[in-house]
Amino acid sequence: MSKLTAAKEPRRRVNPIKELWRNKFLYFLALPAMVYTFIFSYLSLPYIAIAFEKFNYKTGIFSQFVGLKNFEYFFKSSWAWTITRNTLIINILFLVIGTVCAVALAIILNEVSAKGFLKASQSAMLFPYFISWVIVSYMLQGILGTENGLINNIIVSMGGERVNFYSQPSYWYPILLILNIWKTTGYNAIVYLAAITGIDEGLYEAAYIDGATRWKRIRYITLPLLTPTICILTLMSVGRIFYGDFGMMYAIIRDNSSLMPIAEVIDTYVYRTFKNTGDPSLSMAVSLYQSIVGFILVFTSNWIVRRKFPEGALF
Amino acid sequence: MASDVIKTGSPPERSNKIQTSRNEKVGRFFIYFFVALFALVCVIPFVLVIIVSLTEEKSITINGYSFFPSAWSVSAYRQLFSRSSSIPRAYLVTGFATVVGTFIASLITFGAGYTLANKQCRYRNGLSLYFYITMVFSAGMVPWYMISKMVGCYDNIWALIVPSLMFSPFNMFLVRNFVREVPDALNESARIDGAGEVRIAFTIYFPLCLPVLATIALFYAIGYWNNYFNCVMLINDQKNYNLQMMLLKIQSEITAMSKVAQGATRSNPPRESFKMATSVITMGPIILLYPFLQKYFVKGMVIGAVKG
Repeated sequence: MSKLTAAKEPRRRVNPIKELWRNKFLYFLALPAMVYTFIFSYLSLPYIAIAFEKFNYKTGIFSQFVGLKNFEYFFKSSWAWTITRNTLIINILFLVIGTVCAVALAIILNEVSAKGFLKASQSAMLFPYFISWVIVSYMLQGILGTENGLINNIIVSMGGERVNFYSQPSYWYPILLILNIWKTTGYNAIVYLAAITGIDEGLYEAAYIDGATRWKRIRYITLPLLTPTICILTLMSVGRIFYGDFGMMYAIIRDNSSLMPIAEVIDTYVYRTFKNTGDPSLSMAVSLYQSIVGFILVFTSNWIVRRKFPEGALF
Repeated sequence: MASDVIKTGSPPERSNKIQTSRNEKVGRFFIYFFVALFALVCVIPFVLVIIVSLTEEKSITINGYSFFPSAWSVSAYRQLFSRSSSIPRAYLVTGFATVVGTFIASLITFGAGYTLANKQCRYRNGLSLYFYITMVFSAGMVPWYMISKMVGCYDNIWALIVPSLMFSPFNMFLVRNFVREVPDALNESARIDGAGEVRIAFTIYFPLCLPVLATIALFYAIGYWNNYFNCVMLINDQKNYNLQMMLLKIQSEITAMSKVAQGATRSNPPRESFKMATSVITMGPIILLYPFLQKYFVKGMVIGAVKG
């Protein structure tokens, strides 16, 4: 195969059978992934019908059709608004403050010149990322627990009253935000740090010779050159804004009903309706609502990235 | 680890070519101070967990969680590995799922990524789209549950290996982008020398792709090790619980137990320290493999970011 024919290829019509036969080994390599994706993704599409039915385990996806009744039930309940709002608030908080922290950390790390110190501190900062949320919930209990948590110990030793964090929703947006930042900032900063390292060193040297202070170098060189990366990553995350982090929310909040008004997100709600009521139809309806809005968001954000930053489009 | 960070906190300063102003010096101090502080905050909870796991239960009941316990004890660990404990079994379940799952997942992903990067394959763009669609639209939990059940991944070890964890299009695109970077000349010269497709894939590309393979294998391994969703959804029999699920269960059981026990007899089996000891052994492999993990994770992130 020379390069010449390779360049012409896309324009010619291909005979599918010939193509499959000629590259049988390549298609064979991709086959397991294709089958897997087919089963777990494409095969799930017919199940969407459940959302419009009164599900019965005997008849499966051919249960009695009820139209939009499940959706009506969901959107009339107060949960529709609550879980949509919670999901959006939590994700926007994580996205905005998380990005600011990650960029700030990357810039600060870039200013550290002692190699050993940089490596040691980066190792420490990355560590929480690898730990499961279940263990994080244990740590959180150790810190916030009412009976023997660290913070309550300090409060008591200073003569205060124990605070029952786990029954007071008002504390939880900050707590969730801190947890998220603690867990992901070290990881997210890596991408930004890589982008900063890619900036031409000559720019900094020139600025240094011209007498620019550290702050000025950051403000007028690093930040402007980092903006495309920030925009791309932010847009990509905006696409995911309708999906809650089940792994995090379920491990931390569990079945604590006093925190649900602020911490129940769409994903945990879908899970709970499915597990507790045993009615897949309602669950499926809520899930479909999430999938459709989520799809629109993901698609739009990817499209914008592709238009505005062709070099940054993921696929 | 924490003490390491503190020690290096005062760096050996060498004066730059040009005299640094006082402002710069103050700025540098704050930078180092802040970095050290954040690093410390990241590891301190782990130190707390380890210390509590080694604290005598009575000391916890009296003083609460503390970095400086009044009495130490390893009884929690002894209970963990005692004959009646269900933790060792859960450890095996998690270990098996992680090893087998990671192996299969990495192979599948490499195969697909390699094909998508190969210019020979004319349907590669169509195939990319086929995988990409699943990244932007998913039908959610209910179909996932029903399909898993249908294919037999229910209440057995395969439920912890196959559904949703065994293939990720994201990792596949990571492999594809990596393979694309390999110069075509390599492929062509091998072909001229008479190497077949199979040989080119396994003796030329596979070794070259080891770094990206290590990266995705680690992504998968962490995914398996930390997963509890599959267990919550698809496992009923406690025999098949994995570690994370055990942790979830222990916590809710202990909460229930302590509610019942309030006011009743105060005979304490190690509860708090037992919880923390279980966390410690769950984190164990991650801590041990950490240097390796970190290296390839950072690499993978950079591949994804630069090419992505």
